[in-house]
Amino acid sequence: MSVHEQFAEDLALYALGALQGEERVSLEKHLDGCASCHRELEQLRGDMALMALSTAGPVPPRRARQRLIEAVAREPRRSATPATRGWWTLVPWVAAAALAAGLVALGLQNSDLQRRIAGLQDQSAQQLGELQRAREVVSTLTATDAMRVTLVAAKTPPQPQGKAIYVRDRSSLIFLASNLQPLPPQKAYELWLIPTSGAPIPAGVFKPDAHGSATVINPPLPAGVQAKAFAITVEPESGSSAPTLPIVMFGAGE
Amino acid sequence: MAIRSGDENGMAALYDRYSAVVYSVALRVLGDTGAAEDVLQEVFMQLWRNPGLFDSSRGSLGPWLAVIARHRAIDGLRKRRPETDIADVVVSVEPDMAGDAERARAMEKVRGTLGSMPSAQRQALEMAYFEGLSHSEISEKTGEPLGTIKTRIRSGLLALRKAFAT
Repeated sequence: MSVHEQFAEDLALYALGALQGEERVSLEKHLDGCASCHRELEQLRGDMALMALSTAGPVPPRRARQRLIEAVAREPRRSATPATRGWWTLVPWVAAAALAAGLVALGLQNSDLQRRIAGLQDQSAQQLGELQRAREVVSTLTATDAMRVTLVAAKTPPQPQGKAIYVRDRSSLIFLASNLQPLPPQKAYELWLIPTSGAPIPAGVFKPDAHGSATVINPPLPAGVQAKAFAITVEPESGSSAPTLPIVMFGAGE
Repeated sequence: MAIRSGDENGMAALYDRYSAVVYSVALRVLGDTGAAEDVLQEVFMQLWRNPGLFDSSRGSLGPWLAVIARHRAIDGLRKRRPETDIADVVVSVEPDMAGDAERARAMEKVRGTLGSMPSAQRQALEMAYFEGLSHSEISEKTGEPLGTIKTRIRSGLLALRKAFAT
């Protein structure tokens, strides 16, 4: 087998989603440049699909089919997406959200542009170019080998910093952090969206890499929540449903 | 693939072909028919919204759906945000799991392979696969060393592969 032996067992755990912490970071870094380990990962996922067959037997109730058909009928279908490959390594909504977030950040949000964004999503040739650029932005933001530099006033020691970019209409949230303190074992940072009313909403559990950098992209959030602030706490690795004090980082909207 | 053309009938046909695989793995993980139906709905709606997520030049749809369904069910079980970017998931395996007869034959083979594994190995693999436990959690539960658990999980998956290679 051409897979690198030192990663062989970690690859199986990674395919199962069971590899965490440093081991996961170092495997992902290796996977970035190793075609043979990538192939092995695909094979392992194939093995996982076989494992799924051991459960075969139960069939969904008839109402589930009806529910899907009704949901499909309710949801406006985008025009056909041309077959894509190669560059298509990030979910399109990530790229679309990054594109939209960029436009919003430039203060260009108005109904015309909203329509234009929708139009872009339908017009594939031009859209693919736009999405490709957005994807490059996202992949730069999230690259494990990216150099991350936080500029502060001269002679100030590096401070933990986080930047949250939130688009309420899309429930889209991108969070970038740097200089984060290392975590105790079995702990993780958790990001919280503090709404204008009601309890803090979990917005992603994350761990910083060896350089203290971290990224959270589009965590699942309820639709249309007005945020007044974002906060970070230290929680168990599986995350919490309510923040555990103290709040280690906090920022209110401008 | 029919779904790329935005064809609702195409979606229904895909559902008829693959819903049993998606549902049964979600049900085994979650142990709750309502929650399994939710995963079923979510997986097919994701495909409907973004057919480009699945690239047919890089694998078969059935295995891909099975892997995505298992990931989503584990995310639900462990109440965590989706950990796997599904556009990144490429699955290399035959069979495609599309036909009842093909699926039944493959199921027999998988069950036979699992049945012939040493029970400690099958247990480690099933805890990782169906309960979404990490190797350290499995090690804590079983009292076995971490390295042993890692080896058992990998060799368990490889045993399944080998059964289909012949």
